[in-house]
Amino acid sequence: MNFTFDPALSPYIYFADLAFVGFAAVALFGGVVAVGARRLIHAVLGLVTSLVGVAGLYVYLGTHFIAAMQILIYVGAVSISITFAVMLARPPSEAEKDPRLAPGKLVAGATVALFSAAVLGAVVLGYPWEAEPTRVEGTIFQVGEGLLTRYAFVFELISLVLLVAIVGSVVLARRGRGRHPTGGE
Amino acid sequence: MSNALPPDLIRLVVSLAVVVGFAFANAAVLVLVERKVCGHIQRRPGPFEVGPHGLLQTAIDGLKLMGKQILVPDNADTKLFRLAPILSFVPPIAALIVVPFAKVLQVRDLDIGVLFILSLAAVNVLAILVAGWSSANKYSLFGAIRAVAQNVAYEIPLLLSLLVVVMWVGSFRMSDIVAAQDGFWFVFTPMGFVAFLIYFVTGLAETNRAPFDLPEAESELTAGFHTEYAGMGFGLFFLGEYTNMLLMAAIATTCFLGGWNGPWFLAVSGTGVVATLIQLCWFLVKVYGIILVMVWIRWTFPRVRFDQLLNFCWKVLIPISMANLVATAVVAKLVPLG
Repeated sequence: MNFTFDPALSPYIYFADLAFVGFAAVALFGGVVAVGARRLIHAVLGLVTSLVGVAGLYVYLGTHFIAAMQILIYVGAVSISITFAVMLARPPSEAEKDPRLAPGKLVAGATVALFSAAVLGAVVLGYPWEAEPTRVEGTIFQVGEGLLTRYAFVFELISLVLLVAIVGSVVLARRGRGRHPTGGE
Repeated sequence: MSNALPPDLIRLVVSLAVVVGFAFANAAVLVLVERKVCGHIQRRPGPFEVGPHGLLQTAIDGLKLMGKQILVPDNADTKLFRLAPILSFVPPIAALIVVPFAKVLQVRDLDIGVLFILSLAAVNVLAILVAGWSSANKYSLFGAIRAVAQNVAYEIPLLLSLLVVVMWVGSFRMSDIVAAQDGFWFVFTPMGFVAFLIYFVTGLAETNRAPFDLPEAESELTAGFHTEYAGMGFGLFFLGEYTNMLLMAAIATTCFLGGWNGPWFLAVSGTGVVATLIQLCWFLVKVYGIILVMVWIRWTFPRVRFDQLLNFCWKVLIPISMANLVATAVVAKLVPLG
């Protein structure tokens, strides 16, 4: 760590640390709500909370643009569409409302959780974390330049994937319309 | 620690307090303005009893709202029901911090200024959704569903019309956008004018103002998503709505009407106290001019039907704004404006 701090800025560092802990707590809390909620809409709002916490972490890292995009796209568009789908879906039956805790599910869940924890933990502990020698700029200019030059191919590939998804959803919607000519149940 | 309170922190706290105060004052004044203008358009005096010419009506209304019991319906989802009004008024107030009221009167000049406002505005839909869903009332739910369909659709032309300006300036920063319009406002260019019209229409829809006030259509859905709210819960929704109007007018002023710049023969670009006051005056004159037009439209035009609303957006506004964006790109490439 070769940073030299202006001593006048030291209070800010405490605030920043506090903010990091706060945002991480918000993200984790939202995640727990999203997984544990009984009602689907609570789960969606838990997801939103978690995403806002992650956006806060982006702000903490100084990448305002990515934070704004996180809010605009994930909170403003994706979770709204999820909520919309939840609202339009039929209400859950009694059995679905209170799912039983089968041992098979428990084992499967625990396996996945442990596996992810092991992989992520190995990566985090095994990587030599070093502070960047210069200040990293996550500005809009660098993001834009990266998308149009170095990552142009990946960028186009993603738009192709999204196009396929859109076409697929239109096809599915049209097929549904054919099966129920009146549009209802 | 000699300087436990850095001056920048003090500046931040003070300016946040000022912004919050301004948002509250704005809502209080606009409620009265709305009722007075409405009254005069309908050839009646409007509120007239409290204070001279009814000027104290909002203050008394605010007191009444604060004194009322906050009722939560039996079947409602209590936590979400209480959360929704807060969600609806915090983001627009937070978005005010990037608005340049004058050359030096801006809390934070973020490099993503326009995006920052738009991303916070997106949270407003979520607030309406939470309010409508948690009320456990079919009118509220219908209001919420309408709000989502409407806001998601109208957000697209809104973004596209603002992109015209961003493309021209080459920056999302509010101060750059204002600086680029020194003596030359975007509304007076062909593309800028079209973008301004589209922005204004979509802004009306995004703030749920008549003729696009379907989420709260009184005659069909009683009051839509805030049917079940009483007292200050209702008050906070109104605060959010009027702050959103202010924000929408402030973006229009900044992006299309030259921000705090006066007309070219009256432009003052200094940073002194007098210059700042003049700039603030210009900014507020433009903002409240736009808001007055919004109020005027509300009491002049009838509400549209929902299919008309969505068709108008998808079949008229989005193609026009796409074409406008392409035209801007071509012109900006041919005529480098600096």
